Amino acid sequence: MVLRFRKLYFTEPTLSKSYESYETPKDEKKQATEKPKAEKKQEKGERNKKRIRWGCVNSCCWFIGCMCTTWWLLLFLYHCLPANLGVLKGPEPPGVRLKNEGLTALHPVVLVPGMVTVGLELWEGRPCSQGFFRKRLWGGSFTGILNRPLCWLEHLSLDKETGLDPPGIRVRPVPGLVAADYFAPGYFVWAVLIENLASIGYEGKNMYMATYDWRLSFQNTEIRDQTLSRLKANIELMYVTNGNKKVVVVPHSMGVTYFLHFLKWVEAPPPMGGGGGPGWCDKYIKSIMNIGPAFLGIPRAVSSMLSAEGKDVALIRSMDPGFLDSEILGLKTMEHMMRVIRTWDSVISLLPKGGDPIWGDLDSAPEEGHVCGFETKGFFQSNSRENNDSRNKDTRPRIEIKHGAKYGRMISFGKEASEQHSSKLHKVAPMELMQAVSNATCGEVWTEYGKINRQNIQKLADNKAYTAETFIDLLRYVAPKTMQRAEAHFSHGIATDLDDPKYGHYKYWSNPLETKLPYAPDMEIYSLYGVGLPTERSYVYKLSPSDKCDSIPFRIDSSAEGGCLRGGVYFTDGDECVPVISAGFMCAKGWRGKTRFNPSGIATYIREYQHSPPSLLEGRGLKSGHHVDIMGNAALIEDVLRVAAGASGEEIGGDKIYSDILRMSDRVNIEL
Amino acid sequence: MALIRRRKQPEDEIQQQNPDPKPDEDDDKEQRALKKSGKKNYSCVDNCCWFIGCVCSVWWLLLFLYNAMPASFPQFVTEAISGPFPDPPGVKCLKDGLKAKHPVVFVPGIVTGGLELWEGHQCMDGLFRKRLWGGTFGEVYKRPSCWLQHMSLDNKTGMDPPGIRVRPVSGLVAADYFAPGYFVWAVLIANLARVGYEEKNMYMAAYDWRLSFQNTEVRDQTLSRIKSNIELMVATNGGKKAVIIPHSMGVIYFLHFMKWVEAPAPMGGGGGPDWCAKHIKAVMNIGGPFLGVPKAVAGLFSAEAKDIASARALAPGVLDSDLFQIQTLQHIMRMSRTWDSTMSMIPKGGDTIWGGLDWSPEEGHSISKRKHRKNESESEVREAAFANYGRIVSFGRDVAEAPSSEIERIEFRGAVKGKNVANNTCRDVWTEYHDMGFGGIKAVSEYKVYTGDDIPDLLEFVAPKMMERGSAHFSYGIADNLDDPKYAHYKYWSNPLEMKLPNAPDMEIYSLYGVGIPTERAYVYKLTTAAECYIPFQIDSSAKDKSEEGCLKDGVYTVDGDETVPALSAGYMCAKGWRGKTRFNPSGIKTYVREYDHNPPSNFLEGRGTLSGAHVDIMGNFQLIEDVIKIAAGATGEELGGDQVYTGIFEWSEKIKLKL
Repeated sequence: MVLRFRKLYFTEPTLSKSYESYETPKDEKKQATEKPKAEKKQEKGERNKKRIRWGCVNSCCWFIGCMCTTWWLLLFLYHCLPANLGVLKGPEPPGVRLKNEGLTALHPVVLVPGMVTVGLELWEGRPCSQGFFRKRLWGGSFTGILNRPLCWLEHLSLDKETGLDPPGIRVRPVPGLVAADYFAPGYFVWAVLIENLASIGYEGKNMYMATYDWRLSFQNTEIRDQTLSRLKANIELMYVTNGNKKVVVVPHSMGVTYFLHFLKWVEAPPPMGGGGGPGWCDKYIKSIMNIGPAFLGIPRAVSSMLSAEGKDVALIRSMDPGFLDSEILGLKTMEHMMRVIRTWDSVISLLPKGGDPIWGDLDSAPEEGHVCGFETKGFFQSNSRENNDSRNKDTRPRIEIKHGAKYGRMISFGKEASEQHSSKLHKVAPMELMQAVSNATCGEVWTEYGKINRQNIQKLADNKAYTAETFIDLLRYVAPKTMQRAEAHFSHGIATDLDDPKYGHYKYWSNPLETKLPYAPDMEIYSLYGVGLPTERSYVYKLSPSDKCDSIPFRIDSSAEGGCLRGGVYFTDGDECVPVISAGFMCAKGWRGKTRFNPSGIATYIREYQHSPPSLLEGRGLKSGHHVDIMGNAALIEDVLRVAAGASGEEIGGDKIYSDILRMSDRVNIEL
Repeated sequence: MALIRRRKQPEDEIQQQNPDPKPDEDDDKEQRALKKSGKKNYSCVDNCCWFIGCVCSVWWLLLFLYNAMPASFPQFVTEAISGPFPDPPGVKCLKDGLKAKHPVVFVPGIVTGGLELWEGHQCMDGLFRKRLWGGTFGEVYKRPSCWLQHMSLDNKTGMDPPGIRVRPVSGLVAADYFAPGYFVWAVLIANLARVGYEEKNMYMAAYDWRLSFQNTEVRDQTLSRIKSNIELMVATNGGKKAVIIPHSMGVIYFLHFMKWVEAPAPMGGGGGPDWCAKHIKAVMNIGGPFLGVPKAVAGLFSAEAKDIASARALAPGVLDSDLFQIQTLQHIMRMSRTWDSTMSMIPKGGDTIWGGLDWSPEEGHSISKRKHRKNESESEVREAAFANYGRIVSFGRDVAEAPSSEIERIEFRGAVKGKNVANNTCRDVWTEYHDMGFGGIKAVSEYKVYTGDDIPDLLEFVAPKMMERGSAHFSYGIADNLDDPKYAHYKYWSNPLEMKLPNAPDMEIYSLYGVGIPTERAYVYKLTTAAECYIPFQIDSSAKDKSEEGCLKDGVYTVDGDETVPALSAGYMCAKGWRGKTRFNPSGIKTYVREYDHNPPSNFLEGRGTLSGAHVDIMGNFQLIEDVIKIAAGATGEELGGDQVYTGIFEWSEKIKLKL
């Protein structure tokens, strides 16, 4: 990359100035090399004239030469350095420390990566993707985007009718540990954990990366690639080849709900399920260590479904308004993004589940009273409680009514609407309004917004506030085809009667509120997640000023500020991606003890990791609580290693809680 | 790095400005002298810099043009020069309507599979999960002795040395490219993908090729993994049986697998007696050394091969020089002798297969003769120099050619090896030759000629520890009675002459191999005169035939084959040993021999050629790929056209007197 960059930077100006044509640079170079020798013998006057040319072209060449030589020299010196001298001695990695303590590999480990982090490679494509066969389209260096963005988008999209491959295109997940060890060069995902596992004796035979195509709905990964069968076979194989030791599963992010789906799938009878029979999980799985689990969905999925935005995009927009929306280059970045994202069924799996009882209604939410620590960085530390004992002490949460954000309103139009009392809100039942069929047609960019006419959009905005439940209705209206396709695969409700035979269908399997955990009393479920980072929870929207029919009519109102509201986004505690309530509720309350969701009383543990930002030389930090960076958190790695080496949840210290998760869970009233 | 560059910039500019103003003020002679000296500096260092700058700029420009070039440009040029490109076989088959049907399993051979580091000593810091073998081999140059240490296995157990874990890379990436740009399986994979194959119905059975076959299961459970993956693929592809494509040593590895999988646990996989019949449609062996390769003898005996012998002939002394204390060959020998797998390729079957003192199956045949026969009339063919291929190792050229009655042989077995060489300063180089003493070396050379039967004994004599380890895992004989219960032991499973094929009458076994390239078959050795720390034997690279067409070159007799495996070893089992119902093939599995005549690439743009017959390059042979795709898409051997033979493999097989 460096070379290429320098090439662009240096060669263009020098050469275009000096040579008339690009076609014969080599010959001219040769002449040029001979010239300086001839020069010396010539007379002074002539020499002066020549020197002007020397001054221009040759000094440029000279300069580049100097640069290159220095560069090579430094590179050479760098390579000559002994490997261990160049790096500052960091603290001992947890794997090495635990090895010295005498831990060795015991249970085989299955890693289930989350969304986005798995690489995808091309197996069959259109002519524009020639030369990319078995090269990564997603992950790696992303060279595809830079060279041919539209082609790249086309290949990453799925078919909008079926949610499977478009005809003539086959993009498949990369298999093996390389699929998700590094997302991009230098940006680790699983690599640190793998290395630490390896130092206590893990290797290819007892570590398996269960990669899957994260764009597909979960059941479709089985239909198209037989991924679930593959996972089942590999777990069984590892169980047998490692002396009948049960496996420890480590899913991350969306991999958590994917593995929930697997748990149900594997015990269900074929053809829908894997035919493992009841007791399969009991036999093969020791524990599930969910990292940054998105059990109940994430609010971020809401904004990306509605307007392909997130906090980051809103931030860019507030800094440089017009940059993303500029049509000068005909970019329409957001529209393209949205078109691609909406073909991915898996995004729908991340929409908030459980509706109002979990995520709060118009006036209340479990997180209510959360104080945002933007200004006072020390807040979380002061409010945190180290362990179980101190949790029981009555530390009164500081409730500030003034800034009490109404988190239950997932989407509100305008800042006022997000703060008013519900009785003052203007309410319109969305589904009544929307009968009028639109005639607007701007089909090129397929965002479905083109089919809704302007008045209806205005009416949608008039409704002012949407909660987790009504938001689904909103989506059904603005993206009917997407939702129709996806709702065949995912469900977002709460089951009233889990024994209803309809819950045998696979669309309920990934929703913890609509499934029973398998019968496996010896299994353990952990929820490991970071806290102490502001995490998106609800959004303030506005109508987009653009009248272009194929543009996205809504966008985050990045001018809205105040309290927990920043750049149009309300923040709460979490790991920057998943709010605490989603990551922790199931293990804190929903599955704790014997409940109707957990009939066999599988033990659950919550381990939170307080975020503390890294110092300068630490890279991404050994104590990070960030959604992805937590995979390098030394404390988390130690926990995973201990469990893999045979420890139980009690032995690693039971619950470890810093956030308000228990109090939040108390406020959630669902039948257990 | 950007920081550094920016900081350097001003300095450079100052330097650059300095010489410029000087020439303007110039009348005084002294000044001129001064200026001249300045000028001299200028022309020396600065011209260098200037030159490098120019080269870099041109390079970048070309790189830029190359990247900006449409991807189809090289193809366009090639087509312009050498006429239209033939369709790749995958595209052709797709046009014929072929679709992916049977799942495909690749079994790579020795050397081509990548190995990566999982645990190592201090000197390998920072190379966790980086390739030590395959890829760019960057580490060989940077820290050669550390690399050798990590690539070696324990010389007692044949497993990992303590504190070192080097493991095979898994997945298709393990052996698609051996080094950047040097394909192994990549072309075949790409063509299979055209007809619809992908990761879910294609599996690379990567294994640690340094270990003995049974040890891959003991250490890594590789055989269990292959079994489980084949079962999975058969189940998820609607019960379609798998097509197995082993290459090189993978061929005998898979033979071992077929016996292992049906054998009862714990020694075997416990798949039951009909596992192969249920799960395998066809085994398409590419370049299979069923009966071993003579190259392995030279490799184990003196760490040499044709390439090294000819390097020695070209520049004597380079490899042997003790100037730098390199001792390259000893190091290589020490490393490769810890690899049990090399012993799996020692010629099997002894004199019966490989010929005795006075005869050999291939005698009277040579590649040039065969090619001549095609072009010219038979009478014009000159009788090639008579070669005793049966004498795999002979000491001195005269011995190699003399009639057997004239050779005086002194039995070496049981000879006293004599005292150890002096003070044993060479201990660190573990080649076992230093335990042998002068007496032993003399005894070896006085036996003069070694045929197939003698080879295992010879190796056992010169390297007792290695062979002791190896003979626990491999066997090289011919079974008299295959029902003898001793043949249930795993050490016989990889020798086709000491095992029965599984009971799978619907299965098909193919032997696909290249012919038309001179292949090592027998060696002329001499004693080394060099210093004490040296390997005492080396190929006598001065021994060669006078005529161009002779079989002896640089001390190596060559015969028809694919440059590594002689046609006899690759073809005999399918041509005769397993043809019909024999005692080695009780269920009458159908066998096919398909040879591919070597045609060197017509111009350099073709790369390694689409008609190559060389041992590895054949994986890019369009004919072979087409055959493989057809079988994978459901065709049978008959539909493919049955046998396709260029050599005299059937005639040679008739000369071999083996009870069938």
